[in-house]
Amino acid sequence: MHGHFLPARIHVKERPALFERFGARWTPTVLVMDSSGVERHRIEGFLPASDFAAQLLLGLGHLAFAEQDWKEAEQRFGEVLEEHPDTEAAPEALYWKGVARYKGTGDGAALGETARAFRSRYATSSWAKKASVWGQ
Amino acid sequence: MAIEWRKDVDAALAEAGSAGRLLLLDFTAAPM
Repeated sequence: MHGHFLPARIHVKERPALFERFGARWTPTVLVMDSSGVERHRIEGFLPASDFAAQLLLGLGHLAFAEQDWKEAEQRFGEVLEEHPDTEAAPEALYWKGVARYKGTGDGAALGETARAFRSRYATSSWAKKASVWGQ
Repeated sequence: MAIEWRKDVDAALAEAGSAGRLLLLDFTAAPM
């Protein structure tokens, strides 16, 4: 996955103006930015390695979603679920995977299936509540 | 494997753009 990213690190005390320019409020803050310099994902606060990796994958999913590459987005969100099922990124990925599938196929059944999936996984997450409207 | 952190954000953005990669911009307060 690291091949997708070019890493840059800024120390807040050395470059406070950059901290302000990018709206960082706390450290660590990690931004995923596309080639146009548009922020696509933000991670605030420390995360263990698996959670951090899951967030990066989630960021790739959101980037593909923003580019309306629905298949790629569905795949990336699916990777979060498969590779990091016990992270907080997983329920968010399940939600957006369903949305990406719906956007790509136009088939509303994708949303209903997602709502049903939340009944057996991540049922207490806020994402399950958001998806619950699709299961009615 | 050591990570080759860039320190010039605008140069890194340009480099990421030309390489078709995403920029991972890490703000830290830890000693570097």
